[in-house]
This record gives sequence, C-alpha cells and structure tokens, in this order.
Amino acid sequence: MGEAIVITSGKGGVGKTTTSANIGTALALQGKRVCLVDTDIGLRNLDVVMGLENRIIYDLVDVIQGRCKIHQALVKDKRFEDKLYLLPAAQTTDKTAVEPEQMKTLIDDLKQDYDYIIIDCPAGIEQGYKNAVAGADKAIVVTTPEASAVRDADRIIGLLEKEEGVEPPKLVINRIRSHMVESKGMMDIDEVTTHLSIDLIGIVADDDEVIKASNHGQPIALNPDNKASIAYRNIARRILGESVPLQHLDNKEKGMFTKIKRFFGVR
Amino acid sequence: MKKTQNVTIKGTKDGLTLHLDDTCSYEELKQELDRKLSNSSRVQEDNKLLTVKVQVGNRYLSDEQKEELKDLIRQKRNLIVDDIETNVLTKEEAERLKREGEIVSIARVIRSGQVVEVLGDLLLIGDVNPGGTVKASGNIFIMGSLKGIAHAGCEGNDEAVIAASVMKPSQLRISDSINRAPDHSSDEDERSMECAYISENHQIIVDRLQALIQQRPNLTRFEGGR
Repeated sequence: MGEAIVITSGKGGVGKTTTSANIGTALALQGKRVCLVDTDIGLRNLDVVMGLENRIIYDLVDVIQGRCKIHQALVKDKRFEDKLYLLPAAQTTDKTAVEPEQMKTLIDDLKQDYDYIIIDCPAGIEQGYKNAVAGADKAIVVTTPEASAVRDADRIIGLLEKEEGVEPPKLVINRIRSHMVESKGMMDIDEVTTHLSIDLIGIVADDDEVIKASNHGQPIALNPDNKASIAYRNIARRILGESVPLQHLDNKEKGMFTKIKRFFGVR
Repeated sequence: MKKTQNVTIKGTKDGLTLHLDDTCSYEELKQELDRKLSNSSRVQEDNKLLTVKVQVGNRYLSDEQKEELKDLIRQKRNLIVDDIETNVLTKEEAERLKREGEIVSIARVIRSGQVVEVLGDLLLIGDVNPGGTVKASGNIFIMGSLKGIAHAGCEGNDEAVIAASVMKPSQLRISDSINRAPDHSSDEDERSMECAYISENHQIIVDRLQALIQQRPNLTRFEGGR
C-alpha cells in the first residue's frame, strides 16, 4: 500500500509542477514505483515537463467517467523501465468534471500498485484544489521567498490543517536567489519557516538549468551534477525517511584556501 | 378583592419606579397596570416626559412581553420606560454572561483567511499571520506575534484592550475604532510587548505593555497576595 502526496501552493507559478515532476523522478531513481497524477484539468502541463505529451491516449477524466481502464490511461516513462508512470489531466474539459469523492476512489486504487502517488495540484483553492487533496495522505506546500507566495502558502496550510486524513504539511522553499537573500532583497529561509511554522522538507536554489530542462521534457533531477537536481533528490530522500542536511546556498566560488579552512572548521 | 396591590408606584430622587408584583399572573398585572395609570392621569397636566424604571422582581419577561409593557406605560401617560429590571436570567443569558467573563485560550497559528471569534477574553498561544483575524467581545492577549487583524470588544466595549508579544498588526480594531499600520513601517523598530487601547479622545493608542496598569486598572482580577 503506497502513500499519496499532494504538491500544492495556492499561488500559481511558484513551481508546483516542476517540483512534482522532479520529486517523482527522484523517487523513481531511488527505485520506488511512482505514479504522477496531474489534476490541473484544463491546464495540464506536467506531461510537457516530463516530455510525455505525445504519448497521451486517455486521461484522468476518461478514467473517472469510465471510458477506459486506469492502466490504459497511464503513460509509462521509458527512462525508468517500470518505475514511473503519469496519469495526465484532461485538456478539453474543466475542473468541475471531477468530484472529490471520485478522485479519492481513483487515488485509493492507484495506491494498491504504487509506492508513491505524487498529485500535482492546480493553483487556487476551488474545486481543483479540493479534488487534488481528496485522496492525499501527505501534503507538500511549495512557496518562493516572496511575500505574496508566502501569504498564499499560509492560506493553503490553514486549509490543509482542516483536512481530515492529511498529515501536517511539509514545506519546500523554491527558487531561492542567494545573492538577493544576502542583500536582504528577498526573505531568508528562517523568515519563511518561522512565519509559516511548519516543517521544512527542502530548499531549492533558483537555477536557469531547471527551466531549460523542463523545456526539453527532461526533469532536472535526471542531471546528477546540478545543484537544484541534488536539492530535489534530497527532498526525495527525506520523503523516504532519511535525514539529509540542508544544502548550503552560498553559490560564490570559494578559493582553495577557504575550502581547506572550512575543512578544518576555521571560519 | 385583592389583599395587596400588584402595581406600586414609588418616587425616589432618581425618578419614578414601578414595582410590579411577581406572584400574580401576567394578565392580571397588565389589567392593574392599565387601571393604575389611567387613574393617576390627573397628576400631571404639563407635557413633560418622565422616565420611569420598572422593577419586575422574580418574574421572567420575554422580549415581546417587555415591549408590551413598555407600550402600555408609554400610551397611558407621559412616561417613558428607561429600563426593565428583573432578577431572573434565562439559562442561555447566564451562560453567555459566564462565557463573556471567561478567558478562552487557543494554541494554534491563525493563518491567512482564518477568522477566530470568541466570547470573552482571548488568550492566543501562537501567531496571527497576515490575512488572519482574531475577534473577541473582551480583551485579546497574544503570546506570539500579531501580524494580521485583531478586533477587541467587538460587540461594543471601549474598555477592551489588545496586547501582543510582537505588535505588527495590519489593522487594530477596538469596539468601533479602527487603526491601521503606517504605510511605511521600518522593520528595524522592535515592536515587542505592546498594547493597544482607546484613549479619552476615541483614538486607538499603541503603547508599551506597562501603560495598561494605569489605563485599565480593572484588568486585575486577582485579589490578595502579599
């Protein structure tokens, strides 16, 4: 019996879909059987980020309305043999085509076959959000270090706390620009976590490579050397129960001497 | 023949008081009140309005009955009912009174979009985040930081106060007064352990917590100690 994790944020454009794709990828790389579910009906794009757009035959609404079986709609990601699948959202209808109860049944079915169900939630707090949360056991709230995103994350956390059957949400702070944090132009990690007062499960630095990778349909988590990729892999390891320290964000290239000093614990 | 009168009128230096007996039936009472007031119609001929207090003893009057008595008294004479006093409270009223006098403690974060409303005083162990609202009919005490909206004395109590460990509200409301944060507040100034109250000229004043000792001595309920 697997567990279902909903990735949500309230605000749009903070990186829910990217986070879903990369956490899913990283979990699959760890050898888990993962199913990604896109619940953004009408505005799907998890398939684009995963590079699976042209293999879609059936979608979530087809499954729920009984036009096909679940396994017919699931798109297999060939990069991971039998580990990673995607259930794409419908593009032709809207979010009212699905009821939270139906969604819950669907997720419960998927939990029989997969270790992790990653549910990509649409922005907002209406029907689409309710559908996405209906079947979830855990929740990850994505925010960026901006006042507006943090405000919406706060709202979503309040709603998630009321949701029965969902564990207290965990926080991912995305797109941190360390030079802006240093110059006080951006909220720092402490500010965000004390404000939202929930557990932090990962921090991801802002990186152009992430966008480039998404555009190519290759989630950044596939790249073993990238900093953002390592951040997503760390989140996956934390989901699996490992305790992994947070990344250092200062991306300034340190000289050899400072590296040696740090090695010996001299600041 | 009745032995005692059901309605007695007494004049004190504060004005007239109508004592209505609480052992007779309501209908009897109404009849006698009607008669009494008609009898004494010659007492005063000038049109000066007099306010009267009505004492009903241990009789429970519903709101309609109260209105009926008020109308009755108002029609007959140039009398205006100031107040109807009764010794009886319904269970609901009593419970409400009790709750209004209590301190409700809540341990959680009030997040954006959430509204918490209590009867009585509120003791919040946690923060009020921007976009969150706390309301109390009495005082509000916040152990964490207040960054949202706090509304004390929300049923119209000017004496109510708001106190917070960190006072950075987006808005403060006490009774009918509203005070909002300055548009350009610097993050540097420590706004810790502060309180807000309504001053004599109906402005919300934010001050250090210790000011409450002078401004609202009634906050102390503790008696004794040495």
